[in-house]
Amino acid sequence: MQSKARAAGGLPVRAPKLTGFDWRGYIVYLFFTAVLIFFAATIGDKGFLSVPNLFNIARNTAMIAVIAVAMTFVISAGELDLSVGSTAALSALVAALVMQAGFGMVAGVAAALGAGLLVGLVNGLFVTGLAIPSFLVTLGMMQFVRGLDMRLTYTNPVPVADNTFNGIFGKGYLFGVPSLLIWSVVAVALGHVVLRYTPFGRQVLATGGNRVAAAYSGIRVNRTKLYCFLLSGAAAALAGLLFTGMMSTARYNYGTGIELAAIAAVILGGTSLFGGRGTIIGTFVGALLIGTINNGLIIMGLDVSEQNMVAGAIIILAVAFGKRPAR
Amino acid sequence: MANLLELRDVDKSFATIPVLRHASFALRPGEVHALMGGNGAGKSTLMKILTGVYTKDGGSLVFDGEAVELAGPRDAERLGIAMIFQEFSLIPTLSVAQNIFLHHEPRTGGFLNDAEAERRAAKILRDLGEDIDPRAIVETLSVGACQMVEIAKALSKNARVLIMDEPTSSLSESEARTLFGLVRKLKSEGISIVYISHRMAEIFEICDRITVMRDGHDALTRPTGEVTMQQLIEAMLGEGVEAAMQYHARRLPEDAPTVLEVEALTLEEKVSDASFEIRAGEIVGLAGLTASGRTEIAEAIFGLRRIRSGEVRIDGKPVRGTDQAIAAGVALVPENRRTQGLVLEHSMHDNLILPNLGRFTRGMFVRDGAGRRAANDAIARLKIRTDGPDKIVGLLSGGNQQKIVLAKWLERRPRLLILDEPTIGVDIGAKSDLVEIIREIADAGTAVMVISSEFEELLAMSDRVLVLHDGRLIKELKREDIATEEVLHHAIQG
Repeated sequence: MQSKARAAGGLPVRAPKLTGFDWRGYIVYLFFTAVLIFFAATIGDKGFLSVPNLFNIARNTAMIAVIAVAMTFVISAGELDLSVGSTAALSALVAALVMQAGFGMVAGVAAALGAGLLVGLVNGLFVTGLAIPSFLVTLGMMQFVRGLDMRLTYTNPVPVADNTFNGIFGKGYLFGVPSLLIWSVVAVALGHVVLRYTPFGRQVLATGGNRVAAAYSGIRVNRTKLYCFLLSGAAAALAGLLFTGMMSTARYNYGTGIELAAIAAVILGGTSLFGGRGTIIGTFVGALLIGTINNGLIIMGLDVSEQNMVAGAIIILAVAFGKRPAR
Repeated sequence: MANLLELRDVDKSFATIPVLRHASFALRPGEVHALMGGNGAGKSTLMKILTGVYTKDGGSLVFDGEAVELAGPRDAERLGIAMIFQEFSLIPTLSVAQNIFLHHEPRTGGFLNDAEAERRAAKILRDLGEDIDPRAIVETLSVGACQMVEIAKALSKNARVLIMDEPTSSLSESEARTLFGLVRKLKSEGISIVYISHRMAEIFEICDRITVMRDGHDALTRPTGEVTMQQLIEAMLGEGVEAAMQYHARRLPEDAPTVLEVEALTLEEKVSDASFEIRAGEIVGLAGLTASGRTEIAEAIFGLRRIRSGEVRIDGKPVRGTDQAIAAGVALVPENRRTQGLVLEHSMHDNLILPNLGRFTRGMFVRDGAGRRAANDAIARLKIRTDGPDKIVGLLSGGNQQKIVLAKWLERRPRLLILDEPTIGVDIGAKSDLVEIIREIADAGTAVMVISSEFEELLAMSDRVLVLHDGRLIKELKREDIATEEVLHHAIQG
């Protein structure tokens, strides 16, 4: 009878286990630190370390972070949601159109969340009810919704004149902190508590870890997955509102490719692509890592093509270093 | 003594096919009651009725003196009936404590209280006498430790009846010892245990009573001390017991050529300096503890493991790598047929032609007809119980699956056939079929190497037994020099 981490003497043990420390789970923190140090050393004097630029990073990371928090739940439950980017744009357009029609901010926000939840509901019902792999369902949904986005206003942008809305969801500050940063920190904090400390979070991890065993323990695995897709839809809607607030405009092409950035942030953070193991804090740092790389490369003067190549290479490297050896 | 629970004259049919016919089973408090029977005898159906997974068509269940009806698994759980599953039902990515209290976690103000869960888990494990860290992640534990966690999980729900399905099938010898100790301890605390197993020796060791099922009915129930192994086998198989599990002395021709030569084989891990030979038509058993390097030797011969030094020769020619091994006529039937031996979602005939696609191909196309004919041959020759060659393999019983794995390689007429635990999880009827099939293969001139933890089957078919300990061959025993299983037992302990 061997257990890798054996309790010595009287149980329970409180002292952290130093031997056999698995640094691979924390690779994202190492990479994030290394990237910060690298940029500080090379472009620190070009304003990389200035407060406005750091806020800039936080602002540009907010949408990825919000979506990635929900994506952590989806992936931990053993599923995937590719439709979040086009859903964000849908919610953005719905909110802007409702406000343009004069129904006010509250109605606009509610309509946007409703649109996101509806997409999540359809995704979840197809995945759980018909047992279609979520990759396929949400791949189709991604394209369907993006088409819907284009059709809705014939690709015309919809301006938002409501300055309260734009302040809350994009341009504003609270106590000197950008509202976009506050939104992402709130999303991260809530997500962390729910995943770590609530029965729902535990049910998500159990469902993704071993679906059959979870069901035998009395967990309603399909309902758990459905909730994850609803959460993902709601988070996409919030991201859409943030895009809209930041630009004072809704556009059909918001969030293009953000699903991949969010998945990369989740996996970089240490969540298992196969489900059962997830960390929201890791996800947040993963999102910040992606945002920081993009920002630093721009300041270094790389053009878009070079940015893409470097960012992609860094993601592969980070995941490769973090991979646990096959047992 | 009054019964804790009693299933009386239970009937159950699926579609129109009766699976249970007036099956009865009684369990006393603090009793370890073995449930035996071939695949399809109705054991698992009966237990699924007891755990509320199926509802019975007829008959009654009396629990603690009261007639009860189970509408679902929750009802059984409420009565304190828990099943320890054969395929482990833990969440690999969660901790021991999180698994034990899954879905009935201790909470503080709506939030999970992991610290409390860890304290309670530590207490349960300590009471079980287990040294397992409640914070360890389950996937880092050994199989034996996982089983202890499952038992702890059942006890955390105040189980009074534990149903163990083949609990030792994936445990090492020492892990099984620990389990037996635990079973005795639980019994002394008044917990009743239904012990489903094919392994006679362990049943005689720890069970108080034995019930044998055959054809959906309880064929025999008797205290362990009042029944012989022969009687059990008869009860399981019905009339006309096969003598397959008896050893038949086999005569090898003097001039039988040497097929396999292993010379001073040393691997990256475990195995060092192993040398032996197997001649055409000979069956050689490889005995040893689970971690003694048995599987590693087999995999090295088949070219799956890197050889540090030494050589493997087939028919005198050195062989390295899987391609060369297959070309030289080596076939390996791995231990885990479900993950390594079969494509479970495919039909029997698709599985059968997989390693032999060349022979079943004309031009660009697979000759399905020929494959199906070969499958029908195999069904008849190996006594595979199936509706036909198109049946999905995953739906067949373990014994029949294993026969298909064998059939797959028989098509190739190998020079050397290596079998790793060929009868694991297989009932006695299919087991004796398999032993006979293996003998026939050897009689046709194939050299056979059998790795097994079950002495009974090693002794039933081996002409020689090689004993492996800590990666070294420590002994070679001729079959006629092994009088009893004890001789072998002492040998493998090193």
